[in-house]
Amino acid sequence: MLESLSAQEINTMPRTGISVQTPSKMEVIGLNVKYGSKQALFDINIGFRPNKVTAMIGPSGCGKSTLIRCLNRMHELVPGARVEGKVLLDGQDIYGEDLDPADVRRRVGMVFQKPNPFPNMSVADNVVAGLKLSGTKDKGHLEGIARKYLERVYLWDEVKEDTKRSGASLSGGQQQRLCIARALAIEPEVILMDEPCSALDPTATARIEQLITSLKENYTVIIVTHNMQQAARIADYTAFMYLGKLVEYDETTTLFENPHEQLTERYITGKFG
Amino acid sequence: MGRRRSGADPAFKYGTLILSSSVLVLALIYFYELYTGSVPTLRTGLGFVFGSIWDPVNSHFGVFPMLYGSLVTSAIALVIGVPVSLGVAIFLSELSPIGLRSPISFVVEMLAAVPSVVYGLWGLFVLAPLLRTDVYPYLERYLGFLPIFQGTIYGVSMLTAGIILAIMIIPIVASISRDALLAVPDSQREAALALGATKSEAIRMSVLSYARSGIMASVFLGFGRAFGETMAVTMLIGNTPLVSASLFSPGYSLASLIANEYTEASSAVYISALIEAGLVLLFVSFFANVIARLMIGRLIRSREAASYL
Amino acid sequence: MNTRRVVVDKVLLSLTVVALVAAVVPLVSIIIDVTARGIGAIDLDFFTQLPPLANTQGGGMANAIQGTVLLVAFSSAIGLPIGLFSGVYVSEYGRTSRYGSLVRFLGDVLAGIPSIVTGVLVYTLIVLTYQSFSIIAGSIALGTMMIPIVSNTTGEALKAVPNSIREASLALGVRKWRTSLLVIANAKRSIATASLLAIARITGETAPLILTAGISTLWFTGFNQPVASLTYYIYYFATSPFTNWQNLAWGAALFLMIIVLGINMGVRVLTRGKRVYA
Repeated sequence: MLESLSAQEINTMPRTGISVQTPSKMEVIGLNVKYGSKQALFDINIGFRPNKVTAMIGPSGCGKSTLIRCLNRMHELVPGARVEGKVLLDGQDIYGEDLDPADVRRRVGMVFQKPNPFPNMSVADNVVAGLKLSGTKDKGHLEGIARKYLERVYLWDEVKEDTKRSGASLSGGQQQRLCIARALAIEPEVILMDEPCSALDPTATARIEQLITSLKENYTVIIVTHNMQQAARIADYTAFMYLGKLVEYDETTTLFENPHEQLTERYITGKFG
Repeated sequence: MGRRRSGADPAFKYGTLILSSSVLVLALIYFYELYTGSVPTLRTGLGFVFGSIWDPVNSHFGVFPMLYGSLVTSAIALVIGVPVSLGVAIFLSELSPIGLRSPISFVVEMLAAVPSVVYGLWGLFVLAPLLRTDVYPYLERYLGFLPIFQGTIYGVSMLTAGIILAIMIIPIVASISRDALLAVPDSQREAALALGATKSEAIRMSVLSYARSGIMASVFLGFGRAFGETMAVTMLIGNTPLVSASLFSPGYSLASLIANEYTEASSAVYISALIEAGLVLLFVSFFANVIARLMIGRLIRSREAASYL
Repeated sequence: MNTRRVVVDKVLLSLTVVALVAAVVPLVSIIIDVTARGIGAIDLDFFTQLPPLANTQGGGMANAIQGTVLLVAFSSAIGLPIGLFSGVYVSEYGRTSRYGSLVRFLGDVLAGIPSIVTGVLVYTLIVLTYQSFSIIAGSIALGTMMIPIVSNTTGEALKAVPNSIREASLALGVRKWRTSLLVIANAKRSIATASLLAIARITGETAPLILTAGISTLWFTGFNQPVASLTYYIYYFATSPFTNWQNLAWGAALFLMIIVLGINMGVRVLTRGKRVYA
């Protein structure tokens, strides 16, 4: 995507070992985000590789959640939020005029920190909720989709006895896998995950990490995590953020073993955060 | 991607916006219509409010007796009703075992659900005779040195109307006071008790003063409710435009005036006078409510569906 | 601790119990009296006959029941939808705007306006214009009373639905209006509760009807005609000197209380211990 970046834009990108000539699925250019007079993100420039897992790490308040919510325009739901800059999906700015945020969100799905299945829908209905709410009615078709994605997230065997049970009756880890299935069912291209395992126990976390690794075959995954070890385990690329700025962005192994920035090194060795 | 924004979203948003504006429009209409409707008699100015002669035949429209009656009955309602309501509120928030809280709150809420015409019916046939034979004579005998308890005793009188209003405002004053008291943090009570205060002293010291604005607000709301109550008062006040110091005497209220005389209002001036009475009611209750809500907007917000508010 | 303080304490605390009794006794008395005096008037005639002449045996409240049902139905048709969608706006679109706060505030204040003032308003707007009392005027008056009440209570019900549901829906690419419908569906029970309580409230109203719907000794004859109602009849008969009419008033009061208290009790029993959103 070299043509879409001006010389100035290239010069302001943070030090990174990744060649800018590798194409990006999503590209953030000059992103500044403010709430009223407070600024949450300062001039973010980052490209996310297709079919890879990219992790964003950093101490609380560094802006990683804000950034990820800008990628599917969920951030603009916060009253008083102002977003400047561009976010490109396959080269097209998702903040363009006349673009319906709903369309963007169908291509860029999201899984939240606290699992939030719809409480008075069954497990099966939860999976296809995105489709049903947008008008799909064919029951047979929907049943097939529900099963397909429940299998995809390794949940099918655990719920097949009774798919009519309420989505909220599952355990925390199961609920989160259900939410992932629900996000997958609308067939997005990118999946955003905002600390998906922080509310879960280690066993459930392990299962979801396993699932995430299998997802990158078909999707581009961007995950926010406060757990560095998790990033080290499952991410191909890692971005380290601090106080609203992108400090370093590189292949995970490089970032953890041989970071360029002193700040990065201090964070990953536990000196702060 | 690249589709234009869906038309359904703005349609829904502006549709609901327009419907919500009905609330604003309503408020404006109330004032506008009642104002323009009473223009003919508004010209008489304060003579309307302070004049004592209500003589439609000769076009004299002074509502002072009615205003007096509304104020007196509301005052009685507060004097009797607020202490009782506070007592209930204190019991519920400070003294009651947890298991009793729901049933008692339930009963208080049921008091609010009784239609006002049923209060009037019961008041007329049960309460008024009882008061006239068993209560008022004692009041006259022992407290007759006070002008308010002198004179001929009538069952249907300002005092009876005031008493029934006291019962009717209990739900609103008690429940909002209770919420105000429950909102006081336990640390306040503990601080007073740790100083060696008795339970009632602790309540007086810490809880009541902390909850003062909530309780004041409930009093304002109770007043607004009592001032505008129509049916129960009409059936129990006697509907006589008298200004008497004695509470045993019959009287009249603004709301009763409107209810009684609408069907008889023939001339435009007559109707205008009645509308102006309505305007007075509107202003008083509106401002009582505004003051109360400003005092404790947040407290009321957390209540469940409270239909009597 | 000196004994005086202890005694004062005990006295004050027992006064609260006295207050409690003072609050409960009237309710109990009303229920007992209405039942005792009204039960005799409730028979088949009560539900099938028109009101009798003064001092005449027999008769019933059939037209009043019909009138009340019609009034409540039409008023709800006006007040519930407007109130509901107004509440939807306040909760889903107007939470942070000054306009939204104003609507909420005014809604609370308007809900406290005496019902007779609403009657005066509709009288000046409609009855005077069309020169007759009518069921339409009565329905508009009662519906107008419902709007602020329903707007605020449904607004609260919707706000109680957790934000995670809205977020989940929007993140799936579901449009905002459709998400709002989902939120409404999640607040079904609370909204139904709020609606039922508003209905119970207007069923028991009399004052506005005196100025708008009037009273009638006949069955429903037309939208622009006055109509009978239970509450107006209770008032009319209770304040009359005729015993047969007074008895019917008690009967009507009993019937009315059963409905109104029934709805109130039913609603509160159903919502005890249940989740806030359906």
